[in-house]
Amino acid sequence: MRVTFTVNGRSETADDVWEGESLLYVLRERVGLPGSKNACEQGECGSCTVYLDGLPVCACLVAAGQAEGRTVRTVEGLADGDRLDPVQEAFAECGAVQCGFCTPGLVVQAHDLIERVPRPSDAEIREALAGNLCRCTGYEKILDAVRVAAARRAGADPVPYGGTPTPEERR
Amino acid sequence: MNGPAPLPGTGTPAGTGTGTGTGTGTGTATAARARTAPARAPREITAPGSGGVGDSPPRPDGTLKVRGEFAYSSDLWMDGMLWGATLRSPHPRARIVAVDVSEALAHPGVAAVLTHEDVPGSKHFGIDHFQDQPVLAFGEVRHQGEPVALVAADHPETARRALERIRVDYEVLEPLTDARRAAFDPSCPPVQPRGNLVRHQPVRVGDVDEARTRAEVTVSGEYRVGIQDQAFLGPESGLAVPAEDGGVDLYVATQWVHNDIKQIAPCLGLPEERIRMTLSGVGGAFGGREDLSMQIHASMLALRTGRPVKMVYNRQESFFGHVHRHPAEMRYEYGATRDGRLLYADVEILLDGGAYTSSTMAVVGNAASLGVGPYVIPNIRIDAYGVYTNNPPCGAMRGFGAVQACFAYESMMDRLADACGLDPLTVRQVNALSEGGVLATGQVVAAPLPMAEMLERVRELPMPAPLDAADPLGLPGGVSQTTRGEGVRRGVGYGVGLKNICFSEGFDDFSTARVRLEVIGGRATVLVHTAAAEVGQGLVTVQAQIARTELGVDRVVIQPADNRVGDAGSSSASRQSYMSGGAVMTACRAVRDRVLALAAARLGTAPGGLCLAGGEVVPAGGGAGVAVEDVLGDTVIEETREYHHAPTERMNPLTGQGASHTQLAICVHRAVVDVDVELGLVKVVELAAVQDVGRILNRVSLEGQIHGGSAQGLGLALMEEIQVRDGLVLNPSFTDYLIPTILDMPPMRLDILENPDPRAPYGLRGAGEPPTLSSTPAIVAAVRDATGLALNRVPLRPEHVAGLT
Repeated sequence: MRVTFTVNGRSETADDVWEGESLLYVLRERVGLPGSKNACEQGECGSCTVYLDGLPVCACLVAAGQAEGRTVRTVEGLADGDRLDPVQEAFAECGAVQCGFCTPGLVVQAHDLIERVPRPSDAEIREALAGNLCRCTGYEKILDAVRVAAARRAGADPVPYGGTPTPEERR
Repeated sequence: MNGPAPLPGTGTPAGTGTGTGTGTGTGTATAARARTAPARAPREITAPGSGGVGDSPPRPDGTLKVRGEFAYSSDLWMDGMLWGATLRSPHPRARIVAVDVSEALAHPGVAAVLTHEDVPGSKHFGIDHFQDQPVLAFGEVRHQGEPVALVAADHPETARRALERIRVDYEVLEPLTDARRAAFDPSCPPVQPRGNLVRHQPVRVGDVDEARTRAEVTVSGEYRVGIQDQAFLGPESGLAVPAEDGGVDLYVATQWVHNDIKQIAPCLGLPEERIRMTLSGVGGAFGGREDLSMQIHASMLALRTGRPVKMVYNRQESFFGHVHRHPAEMRYEYGATRDGRLLYADVEILLDGGAYTSSTMAVVGNAASLGVGPYVIPNIRIDAYGVYTNNPPCGAMRGFGAVQACFAYESMMDRLADACGLDPLTVRQVNALSEGGVLATGQVVAAPLPMAEMLERVRELPMPAPLDAADPLGLPGGVSQTTRGEGVRRGVGYGVGLKNICFSEGFDDFSTARVRLEVIGGRATVLVHTAAAEVGQGLVTVQAQIARTELGVDRVVIQPADNRVGDAGSSSASRQSYMSGGAVMTACRAVRDRVLALAAARLGTAPGGLCLAGGEVVPAGGGAGVAVEDVLGDTVIEETREYHHAPTERMNPLTGQGASHTQLAICVHRAVVDVDVELGLVKVVELAAVQDVGRILNRVSLEGQIHGGSAQGLGLALMEEIQVRDGLVLNPSFTDYLIPTILDMPPMRLDILENPDPRAPYGLRGAGEPPTLSSTPAIVAAVRDATGLALNRVPLRPEHVAGLT
């Protein structure tokens, strides 16, 4: 079948798509956007999180045909040219990236959180990111990155990152 | 049942469009190299920032990773490539009577179907000591998931369907799944021709039987550790490209480039120099990429079809595609004086390695030499065994051998504390090993080991706030709202772990670095080239920092890791900062000496009176400097150096004595938990860690290692286990094999000490593994504190914590 959809502001058409293919497969293997990662293919790890019509979804759980006529935004569509989105910038700066395989999904999910909740509490960050597995970081630096990104996006003083605050410093 | 129709689009290369298939992260260089290199091949990266050793500059690959443009091994793409797939045994043990590939071969879109008969060279490989693992099974399959046949096709789904058309006639045999029987029952059938015992390593110190008569207090316990999986997020994957010289170009995610090639070449019947391997982006490793996975298979398919072949495992296959952490059964007995001084240890450790040798020899060595941890015990009897069974194959995982023993010996220290009426920190301090003390192996601790001080620092850490029953997210059970605070009890526990850093037992795991200094675009630029695998740990960041510190030049370019430079050893045993860091440091110093000699000749002074700093050659006593660019002009300075650690000794095969370890590292954890004792649910409230790292090279990266290592230890304590019944894996998915989420991980409190090891580069101490050891027993001790239960097995299950079994 043929699937036509908008991805990162550009119209894409994929031909000869097998009905069993996922949106993730089409993004990665047919339209040259491998940023979204395939780590479990059953919606458990969140590594393939993309926006579909503005809502974060696991691209592995969306059949390619379901994307017909719809709008997709992937991790490759977050930066403005060379200028990183504040979430991307904070992830790179705060040590939230190690192997980085979970990073594209987490960046999209955290981006969505800050869009909805500009200054999330730690509990809100944890709840929002609970569907994204990371095996390297133990999540502490990811929390730091989301806090820093939210503060900067809200125009608070951009504090240079110097390591994880102690629980007392955080309170 | 009728087979499904051929897929639309078969017969043409999958992945439409050479125009879009190159992705966005490959840059203009790709077009020029398109005929020989795949799209999304790794490329050199300029390290951002200007930080040297001790600073925390950003990762060189960080921007690519947050943009989704970093080239992982599963992202590779090449015009005309095929997809490879692997048929695996459904049985833990069976005789292969016949294999018929004809129907699969006839399937539209299929380019090749291969069995063991198609292996060009040696039919076996192995990472260590014994090459006993078949490239493709023949005669007998020895574990579920063992590779039997390969397919290359033009679409991954076509390849999968072709696998279903391979007919394998198995005669199913009874699997050997009881590790104890494998070790001690000579009548049970051998899994390997050499028997069922991989290694028995005794450790003998003093006279345990005599000490037993003097002991005022004795404690004993039997402990079990389940099978843990590395569960790296990036599944096994890579691309093999047939080369014009009959060799193969491999782009893979591995932990040790040169050891891969050493194993691959004989199986392909090729000299090593015809295999060119480039490290592609690695989505985590943790030991699980030390053994080969798809490397030989993809190469065989590429050489047979003459086309590039990509292989990507899915998550289920990944659970069968790599070795796991050895499960362990351990029996401990300690005797002590009434005031808690240890007199003897009598220990048996049994490790199930599964069907093939993999790293079991070294795992047994670690378990034996570190079997009683960082405690001074005058009389010791340890017997550590590794065995072959038909259970899932086990090998390297973060902290191997030491993790299993640590759970047991730390549980024993708590038991001893109870028996003597001491608090758990004091009993550890009373028996703590320190610099100048001896390990169970007789090895003298030759560097600072301030364990007693670290325990004191843990004692002084503030406690987290008490339970707030109004916040459901903070309660055991979380948003399931299984309690409003009733039945919830708080517990506190401690753990200490001792890990060997770098390879042990006489192995010379050297590393090699090539460092080149030249003026590029008017700026002095350092190019650092090693074969060391960046697996997420931040080695590339540290390499750039070292180059800046040694050469005083900000601009550093990290070249892709490949085998055009010498061996760097494995990214394991917490060794790469030490070994490849040491190699980069040494090569940089050789380059520096030549720069200074060049400058001295031009300035007419002695090189001894000059140094390199801030991008200039300056007189050591002060004064005006000369820019490095002006000193170099068109001159290119390149030096390659190997770095070797001090030699180590083998353990005596009868007594276990010998200075077998390169370096020792220690981490102390305190865990605070809230336990719903009625439902058996655990919420870890806080983890605190005190670790001595010798010298902090990069604080942000280091903290990430301690956080991540602690998280994997939490997983082993509370949730992670590959469950096996009769040799069959019950839970090969992320739905059923649980790893900690951000809701499972508590806030962490770190206290990092710097007592330098004078023999190591910059005084550093390897840091990645120790936290994985100590967090597990600390959490279990905290749950014991809350429940009063013995809890001798990890991971804890709700029925254990609720006291139902």
